[in-house]
Amino acid sequence: MSDNTAAATPTKHRTITIGAGLDRARATARVCEAASCISGRSSDITAHLAELTADASDITIKRVGCLGLCAAGPLVEIAETGQLFEHVSPDAVAPIVAALKEVAPGATRQPQGPFFEKQVRVATENFGLVDPESLEDYLAQGGYRALQKVLSEMTSAEVRDQISASGLRGRGGAGYPTGLKWTTVAKAAGDRKYVICNADEGDPGAFMDRSVLESDPYRVLEGMAIAAFAVHANEGYIYCRAEYPLAVARLRTAIRLAQRAGYLGDKIMDTSLSFNVEIRLGAGAFVCGEETALIASVEGRRGTPRPRPPFPATEGLWGKPTLINNVESLASVPTIIREGAEKYAAIGIGKSKGTKVFALAGRVVNTGLVEVPMGMTLREIIFDIGGGIIDGRPFKAVQTGGPSGGCIPAEHLDTPVTYESLIELGSFMGSGGMIIMDDTSCMVDVARYFQDFCREESCGKCTPCRVGTTQMYMLLDQITKGQATEDDLAQLERLAGIVQRMSLCGLGQGAPNPIFSTLRYFRDEYMAHIVDKVCPAGVCTIEQPAEVVA
Amino acid sequence: MPIPYTKPAPPNDDKRWKIVATRMRRMGDRPEALIEALHAAQEAFGFLDSEALRFVGDTLGVPHSRVFGVATFYSFFTLKPQGDHTCVVCTGTACYINGAGEILGQFKERFGIRPKETTADNKISLLTARCIGACSLAPAVVVDGEMQGKARVDELMAALEAM
Repeated sequence: MSDNTAAATPTKHRTITIGAGLDRARATARVCEAASCISGRSSDITAHLAELTADASDITIKRVGCLGLCAAGPLVEIAETGQLFEHVSPDAVAPIVAALKEVAPGATRQPQGPFFEKQVRVATENFGLVDPESLEDYLAQGGYRALQKVLSEMTSAEVRDQISASGLRGRGGAGYPTGLKWTTVAKAAGDRKYVICNADEGDPGAFMDRSVLESDPYRVLEGMAIAAFAVHANEGYIYCRAEYPLAVARLRTAIRLAQRAGYLGDKIMDTSLSFNVEIRLGAGAFVCGEETALIASVEGRRGTPRPRPPFPATEGLWGKPTLINNVESLASVPTIIREGAEKYAAIGIGKSKGTKVFALAGRVVNTGLVEVPMGMTLREIIFDIGGGIIDGRPFKAVQTGGPSGGCIPAEHLDTPVTYESLIELGSFMGSGGMIIMDDTSCMVDVARYFQDFCREESCGKCTPCRVGTTQMYMLLDQITKGQATEDDLAQLERLAGIVQRMSLCGLGQGAPNPIFSTLRYFRDEYMAHIVDKVCPAGVCTIEQPAEVVA
Repeated sequence: MPIPYTKPAPPNDDKRWKIVATRMRRMGDRPEALIEALHAAQEAFGFLDSEALRFVGDTLGVPHSRVFGVATFYSFFTLKPQGDHTCVVCTGTACYINGAGEILGQFKERFGIRPKETTADNKISLLTARCIGACSLAPAVVVDGEMQGKARVDELMAALEAM
């Protein structure tokens, strides 16, 4: 009798056996059922494997969260040996069954190559291990031990001190010290306080939060409950994008099961802590990642930001003190509490402690999700873990930080990744998307792409952003068509400075960054479009004036 | 002087209004339920017409102007009816550099539709998404709610034409 078998699940197979103790069977196949692999029909793989091994009582087939190497999905891993099956077809699972039958008792896991071995897992520690919807699984992996420790042994001040001592900073991008934010909310005057989990992962090219919610939703709920205890809040919201239906479905299941088991709701674990969580769906507005816009959206209004201060920590949702943390920050909290702040702070370098989850995408071999210690160089992430560029083409740039970030060229590949180093390079940590580009990408076109994004996503409240992003887009569009002059480029730079300084929120302030960074490292490409009327990468269509034709 | 509030009756006896009304009631018919209610109405009817907007607004006590403001602010909501099949093309960064533009170009060429348009025979609606988070499978498309990674333009077009 287990909670998870009783639960309604978004996938149609509910027969998968999950031992109360983990993986007690002789051989266990872990089938990735995160969104990427599900699009490769991995739930059918689970069903077929379960069917074919129904008579073997010592074999367990288990659905798990993201195994990380999305490029090679659908993925199946044999837990005991570490053997990984890539590009599995639901109709050809026989080799996996054969391998499962050959697993010797007491087999040890073999190294799985640099993609896996170089990672350090904190927020993603349960990825590929637990059934995302199973509370039992989460408990067996040490889940809710942190909350138990907090409720039985610690004061709220001690919890906040631990988070401060860990050096954890906001993983949504800005890098504001999490402990400081918690302390501000805890000390703010107010009878009611709220905890909001920001799961409005809007940066194109980023899918860390989606993976965390799909693979280990309980961890986020536990992090939120610990935060609620630390800041004296009783109500919480998870603001999640409507574009992530699987994440929302798994969260709903997790909330219901956690409530039923007393890990959420009134009198959590029979203590005086009461904390309820509700999900609020976004509706496709990038600006709602900004915290004051997010609050407006949770209140059911248009998601437009307002000037800060007052910060949400003192005047947030319904005017009450509100703690807003990103999914990944909250997912790191249980581990920090359980393992101790010192252990977490020992990872990373300088002011950037701990680990960071990155989503590798673009022209890189191993697209997928990785978690690495802060301070790892871009080269290690892209070439050792990412496996380099597809077809061995030359690396051109890595884009970090989404529409507020920048493009970092090859000469800076040996830079250790920290909040500060990326800003020095004219980019931004952002939520953790890394788009790798090769020589088939035109950097002017990339700048134009991001400006198109910003002009469409600008909420229209402040003029510099509403008008400025459109004007910048039009100038970039002219450049890519070979219709611009050097005066236009000067105008673009001037305008970018104005938009950066005058905009109300991060969307507008960050919108010029892709322009600044591409101009800093790839000015020659701009000049090629403007002066020589050619696109060096061959991406832009430039119509040659008739008289040039010989 | 406060205007007396009466909860409106559903516009007609279509059972789907009940689903929408229930979602709102669960949130106490309070104004903050507006976005949830619009989600519910769009799930039930496929798009938001003025009847739906009025019903939601009147139930929650939100002025029609604000309901319209919210419905048009968020790109997820659509005020136009959709075709029999919808295809969402992701235009996130990874998809963009891996050929999302080419897919959109083919829609223009083969079906004569641009994003947010529906074919004349009402068969296919084309939408774009800012990023659906399937970056590792770029370019990604969502056809009738099913995500397809590493989409090949010719195969996708053939599949859509066969629909």
